[in-house]
Amino acid sequence: MYEGAVQNLIDELGRLPGVGPKSAQRIAFHLLSAETADVKRLVNALVEVKERVRFCAICGNVAEETECRICRDPRRDAAVICVVEESKDVVAIERTREFRGRYHVLGGAISPIEGVGPDDLRIKELMTRLSDGQITELILATDPNLEGEATATYLARLVKPMGLKVTRLASGLPVGGDLEYADEVTLGRAFEGRRSLEF
Amino acid sequence: MTVTRGWERGRAVAHPPPGIGDNGGVSLYRDEGVVLRTRKLGEADRIVTLLTRRTGLVRAVGKGVRRTKSRFGARLEPFTHVDLQLYTGRTLDVITQADTLHAYGTPIVADYARYTAGTAMLETAEKIVIVEKDPALRQFLLLIGGLRTLGGNEHDPRLVLDAYLLRSLAVAGYAPALDECARCGSHGIQRSFAVHAGGAVCSVCRPAGSASPAPDTLRLMVALLRGDWAGADASEERHRTECSGLVAAYLQWHLENGIRSLRLVERS
Repeated sequence: MYEGAVQNLIDELGRLPGVGPKSAQRIAFHLLSAETADVKRLVNALVEVKERVRFCAICGNVAEETECRICRDPRRDAAVICVVEESKDVVAIERTREFRGRYHVLGGAISPIEGVGPDDLRIKELMTRLSDGQITELILATDPNLEGEATATYLARLVKPMGLKVTRLASGLPVGGDLEYADEVTLGRAFEGRRSLEF
Repeated sequence: MTVTRGWERGRAVAHPPPGIGDNGGVSLYRDEGVVLRTRKLGEADRIVTLLTRRTGLVRAVGKGVRRTKSRFGARLEPFTHVDLQLYTGRTLDVITQADTLHAYGTPIVADYARYTAGTAMLETAEKIVIVEKDPALRQFLLLIGGLRTLGGNEHDPRLVLDAYLLRSLAVAGYAPALDECARCGSHGIQRSFAVHAGGAVCSVCRPAGSASPAPDTLRLMVALLRGDWAGADASEERHRTECSGLVAAYLQWHLENGIRSLRLVERS
């Protein structure tokens, strides 16, 4: 045990995900030996993130104003919505530079075993967005695991009566991987979604 | 005279020279099991809870499972029946190899009602076999059978779930009395059902607060417990709903923890 302030810092750092007691101690002593200006910058960044960042009123993504950067951008295609589980997924898709539509962040996936049902996600907000008639395609980009698939199935069934085009991200072999190591389910999906090579 | 040190002597007796392929003290074991639940661990790992054929309930770590280039891929997803190789770790075992035997998840997840019923089955299996590494072969076989039936889409998912729950309780020693009175043992379909008394009760033994289900509901429960699918499929919607309610109440009474998934089972 250290004295007052140092132990306090170690305890607080130890509450962060993935930071154990030894790591917390290492970070604490690093901060102790760092320049005061550097530490102040870190403190400001922490305070600012809590004060300025909120969730976009339209899509639920992290934003610094009432609406996020993507929802405010008039160049984005307003007719296509890509549904993702978390804000992290928006960043992952943005990195591909393939998608020019808008997003909807659900805030998780349906997982009855963890007690998360459809009412715990931002599904009602999505239905309100879809009902304005502007949207023509819904892309379901939930994780390709069991909960993600179940959420996609649920949404597809819910949206079906609206007559929208509903698509699901393709599943298949990772680029740079070996066929022999692919599991049966993934390989099966890759076969199901194969495309013809026409030139 | 040569002096043999204690450790050399002990070693010569306890451990003969290892043969080819002998991996000595590494405790590797093989088993097959159904993935019940997965939890994220650290950066890319998962803690996987499995119900296995020979070892019973096992909690093991699948390393790097969440990476797209993982060797395990979709094999360690819930509902998958896998052939596994594990080694015994200090607190959790570690999965070293996994091969799919049956991917029950694919047909189950394609239908939301089936998915919610399926997750309730998995959660019940985990809660009813409480002790880890205590063989529970009958529970394992029952779960495999239940998932196969659910995926086959031959019957209403709710009926499959209720049949599984009733039989799983029966295997665990909590079979409800259905065609006799739970207190006095008089035969025949009774008028009341008391969860805390252990099943159906006659009008004489009926404790306060008993439910009064339709006789056809109790007949449906008997059919589900015995595996009479023709009888169960012919049942009416209202009796199915009543049956689900009674089974859920009976299950929650006997398990210490509630089954969270039951709240989200779709009752269409």
